[in-house]
Amino acid sequence: MILQCGILFAFLAAGELIVAVTGIPVPSSIIGMLLLTAALKTRVVRISWVDRISDFLVRNLGFFFVPAGVGLMRCLGVIKGELLPIMIATIASTFAIIAVTGWTHQYARRFTSGISRHFSNPIKH
Amino acid sequence: MELLTNKYFLIALTFCVYVGSQQLQRRTGIKLLNPILISIALLICILCGAGIDYDTYSEGGEYIDFWLKPAVVALGVPLYRQLESIKKQMLPLLAAELAGCVAGVVSVVLVADLLGASREVIMSLAPKAVTTPIAMEISEATGGIPSLTAAVVVCTGIFGGMAGFRMVKMSRVRSQIATGLSIGTAAHAVGTSAAMERSERYGAFSSLGLTLNGLLTALLAPFILSLLGYC
Repeated sequence: MILQCGILFAFLAAGELIVAVTGIPVPSSIIGMLLLTAALKTRVVRISWVDRISDFLVRNLGFFFVPAGVGLMRCLGVIKGELLPIMIATIASTFAIIAVTGWTHQYARRFTSGISRHFSNPIKH
Repeated sequence: MELLTNKYFLIALTFCVYVGSQQLQRRTGIKLLNPILISIALLICILCGAGIDYDTYSEGGEYIDFWLKPAVVALGVPLYRQLESIKKQMLPLLAAELAGCVAGVVSVVLVADLLGASREVIMSLAPKAVTTPIAMEISEATGGIPSLTAAVVVCTGIFGGMAGFRMVKMSRVRSQIATGLSIGTAAHAVGTSAAMERSERYGAFSSLGLTLNGLLTALLAPFILSLLGYC
């Protein structure tokens, strides 16, 4: 478990390093995640070296958001004043994202698989 | 009273409240009693009741907050496990993310404006679909209130995790990949943990959704907001 933790933090540290050196406006954790995926793909890191800590953290992801959510109490004033616009806009927009992302993916997939079928079976068409 | 503001006490309190909330959902079987939501509400009530302000709570809370970053790095593992199917459909995935990112920022800004929200609140809401660190940075850069953004981001995630699957069904999206992807796009890491509970495949595409939408929103949100005439 110590090794697993160490590897995970090494990737986070690498993410921090990249952000510090390049100054790109992307969180170090996202960079670390992409680096970890790349390292697993290229077999620099074996999945058995990180799977236990990762499965634990990923399964309990929600818990780590609790303190940020408690931060709500800092802006209760603003929220109370504009509760309705905040709630309705958030709910409507969440629905919009889900519908638009899902539809676009389905249609784009049908479109691209249509093209590849067309090219792989030229005689049939 | 000294004990109540001790950071170890506050950390223990957070764990206890969360475990209690989990038990409450498990025992009652009511999906609406989301443990994250109930924990946040209970903790705010306890802190307000005891007269403890957020900064004092934060001295303990930041040790839990700290694990958010390694947890996001850990999402690289499920992502790796689905790499083959991701490679097979790079184009549809990117198209869907681009559409979802634009739809998210535009819809939240327009609806909030229509309902008479102030400019500060509109800017705080714009990046609400992406994970906290990215969202707070965008909010800061465009003139929003970062702490409000953080709170709305968490609420969006909880809502997306609870209602996301029903919304997918309502929009008649059937593919597993599209389902996971849209939940991650709309509800970042909190939605992803809900998707992960259903299956690792949903979870992996959800983490792809949160990553791509995070990157795209960081790049595009300021641009979209200025196109809409907000900054």
